[in-house]
Amino acid sequence: MSLFTAENLAINFGGVKAVDGVNFDIKEGECFTIIGPNGAGKTTIFNLISRIYDASEGRMTFNGQDITEVPPHDIAGLGIARTFQNIELFEHASVLQNLLVGRHCHTKRSIWSEGLFLPSVRKAELAHREKVEEIIDFLDLQHYRESLIMNLPYGVRKVVELGRALCTEPKLILLDEPSSGLNVEETQDMSFWIDDIKKDLGITVLMVEHDMGLVSEVSDRVLVLNYGRMLAYGSPQEVQNDPEVIKAYLGGDDE
Amino acid sequence: MSIGCIYALVALGFVLIYKATEVVNFAQGELLMLGAFFAYTFITLFGWNYWIGAAAAIGCMFFVGNLVDRVVLRPVLGQPQFAIVMVTIGFGYVARSVAGMIPGWGTETYAIETPFSSEGMQLIPESMGTLVVAQTDLSVIVATILLCIVLYLFFTYTKLGLAMQASSQNQLASYYMGIPVKSVFSMIWGISAAVAAAAGILLAPTTLIDANMGFIGLKAFPAAVLGGFGSIPGAVVGGIIIGIIETLAGFYLPPGVKNVAAYVVLLVVLVVRPQGLFGEKTGKRV
Amino acid sequence: MRFLFKTSYEQDIRIAKHSGYYWSYGALLLIILCAPYFLDEYYIGQMTQLYILAIAGVGLMLLSGYTGLISLGHAAFFGIGAYTEAVLTGNGIPLPFMDEPIVFSFFISFPMAGVLAAVAGVVIGIPALRLTGIYLAIATFAFAIIVEEILSRWESVTNGYTGLLVDSIYFESIDFDLTEGVSFYFLCLGVLIAVILFSLNLLRSATGRSMMAVRDSEISAQSMGVNLAQTKTLAFAISAGITGLAGALFAHKLGFLSPESFTVLQSLELLVLVVVGGLGSIHGAIFGAMFVLALPQGLAIMKDYLPHYISEQPGFEPLIFGLILIFFVMFEPLGIYGRWLKVKLYFQMFPLYKKATFKRQKSYMKSERLK
Repeated sequence: MSLFTAENLAINFGGVKAVDGVNFDIKEGECFTIIGPNGAGKTTIFNLISRIYDASEGRMTFNGQDITEVPPHDIAGLGIARTFQNIELFEHASVLQNLLVGRHCHTKRSIWSEGLFLPSVRKAELAHREKVEEIIDFLDLQHYRESLIMNLPYGVRKVVELGRALCTEPKLILLDEPSSGLNVEETQDMSFWIDDIKKDLGITVLMVEHDMGLVSEVSDRVLVLNYGRMLAYGSPQEVQNDPEVIKAYLGGDDE
Repeated sequence: MSIGCIYALVALGFVLIYKATEVVNFAQGELLMLGAFFAYTFITLFGWNYWIGAAAAIGCMFFVGNLVDRVVLRPVLGQPQFAIVMVTIGFGYVARSVAGMIPGWGTETYAIETPFSSEGMQLIPESMGTLVVAQTDLSVIVATILLCIVLYLFFTYTKLGLAMQASSQNQLASYYMGIPVKSVFSMIWGISAAVAAAAGILLAPTTLIDANMGFIGLKAFPAAVLGGFGSIPGAVVGGIIIGIIETLAGFYLPPGVKNVAAYVVLLVVLVVRPQGLFGEKTGKRV
Repeated sequence: MRFLFKTSYEQDIRIAKHSGYYWSYGALLLIILCAPYFLDEYYIGQMTQLYILAIAGVGLMLLSGYTGLISLGHAAFFGIGAYTEAVLTGNGIPLPFMDEPIVFSFFISFPMAGVLAAVAGVVIGIPALRLTGIYLAIATFAFAIIVEEILSRWESVTNGYTGLLVDSIYFESIDFDLTEGVSFYFLCLGVLIAVILFSLNLLRSATGRSMMAVRDSEISAQSMGVNLAQTKTLAFAISAGITGLAGALFAHKLGFLSPESFTVLQSLELLVLVVVGGLGSIHGAIFGAMFVLALPQGLAIMKDYLPHYISEQPGFEPLIFGLILIFFVMFEPLGIYGRWLKVKLYFQMFPLYKKATFKRQKSYMKSERLK
């Protein structure tokens, strides 16, 4: 069952077609990875899905709903969460506060009830805290709860970024290069978490990655992009053996 | 029109600093005021010739600008933009007060003698019609044009101009490339202060010199915004347009509108076309 | 040194994090409540002024400190609040079907002042949605200048530069003047406490978090479901409204309004209040208000000790003002509140305090244009 489909997706940046005629679909419960050289348009696709960019052509459907024109702040409410390649956490806030913002799409807001901190607000706050604590347990972030982001090392920030996305209780999570900047041990942890996300939490994963080891370990299907266009599409084994892909990205024998 | 040129000059100095260091200098008007005061000191108090005095004042302000950057701006360089803006505001206060305290300056209003009279001059022969411009105004316009040409040549064709652009976009990388970023910044401040001084000297015959004359610097904002914040020709064009709009507003619209016309224009520009006439649209890549 | 043992989530969301808070703030409250009974009338007036400034400071702090939207024109909201209050309780509003203009009671005019200021906040907030950083600051600046001009030109309502008298709030039936001395002190104190509690509540719930999210990273805030436009406009409205309320109180304190009290200089004063006090904390607003109020007094006292030459100069006060501003930005970016925290930490950790605890990393400037 397709959770997400992209049909003929394309975007122009003043004459440069960053993404051109991309078609793919993601089945519910699978882990789908997009790979390709730098500048191929992978993060651009993410930005298109989270509606930070407007597509020039094409359509995107999520859960049966056309999301091509949806405003960016409604995406989280629909069940799509994402992490950012260069970590877009809230620097001056604590880990806990960052994670709580992840719950924003499930909160009803009214400044008067909040200003007076009515019992309903209190109850909601405590409920959100419970949910956030589940994620903290899942990712082993207990030690860092009260730390400000700007004092944390890179590896921990990446985990918090993941946690924040998980707090929105998404159906589909977009992970942008989850292992970049991580050492071998942290990458292992990350691959276990991605597996857990898929199997235990039942969340569908869409990933951009460069680490081929991680890709073969966790992905069900792979899409290869080059210069904004699709190059190959299939299981990790098929894609890794595709001669075009090897030429463009993976690197073959030198003649 | 000539007041537009003054705005243009102030905006020019302002945009120079912004383009190079991304600092918004709220004290640009105060630099103008100090320049005018220096000129006053040289020309009237010391009795020097107008041209020598003006040149000396501009030269002095170059050093003052340089100094301000070293002493006031360098210590706060890595901080968020907001903090730096506050520092320039603070400096503005200090400059205003200090000007009031220096013996011979104080809070009085002064004038300087210029070789330009306020008589009108016929610009084109009688047969074609009348285009009368006061000599003082004409001097302003001519000076502005000359300054713009000089600065344009400087930035386009010298290594220093390129260095300034690099430093403004990524300080750390510029350091690695061997650019003495701090000195470059100080130079920019110096040039900007010198331009402000020129504006002050040109303004003096029209509005007289006093410690509060720096407030005219606030009009640099609408000019810079209209022209586009990172664009030097934009600042000049913006200043002239604002000057024209103000004069027209003074003629045709009820009193009081003239004062705010510039700001209304600013708001309209920000809403309709935030990058101004010549600016560039920038966004973040995620 | 106190160790905080947390046993429930409930504890974390409380405003008073541990019992120590109750003691210290309770004592403070007690002193403040008793103050009018053993202080001189002059000092009561000063404290009242402090409260009014602090309310305005909290308003600006919510916008600039917590949502990251710099406003260089907050005096405009202050003025709108002040004039609304003055007009509604004074001359009233002429309506087409009434013979006499309606004069409103304080209990209506006061919230109206806040509401009108909030509306003005929305007016500048909407175009501001697309502006960032310095452009926003300049836009608010322009807005303030325009408002000031309107206030001085709309003579039929505001009396322009001739000035507008503000009526006191007098309840005939019980012979009670709310705007006089001690009663006014308690009124302002009450409003201040209400505003502080309201703000703290907002900050510990979703709206406050969304404001901080907007400040730190707009793009990821959006991806988390924060509606940028709504949050920013809300921030402007709340901030302007609170400052408007302060303005209304100010009108009664002064007794006489003129547009000169609401110029760019006042906006800058408010901004200095927020920066010197400590950006990003409610305490900062209070400390900042104390600073802004105490400075002229302190200088006046200092003048007696300084040599004649320096103290007699007319530019002395702005000079010190500017120098302190520069000093704080350079050496103490966390403001007075930051310094207070450091001193507290020093005493708590004595003798183990390390000077490098708060050392800032040397940072390099990256272009904000590409942000």
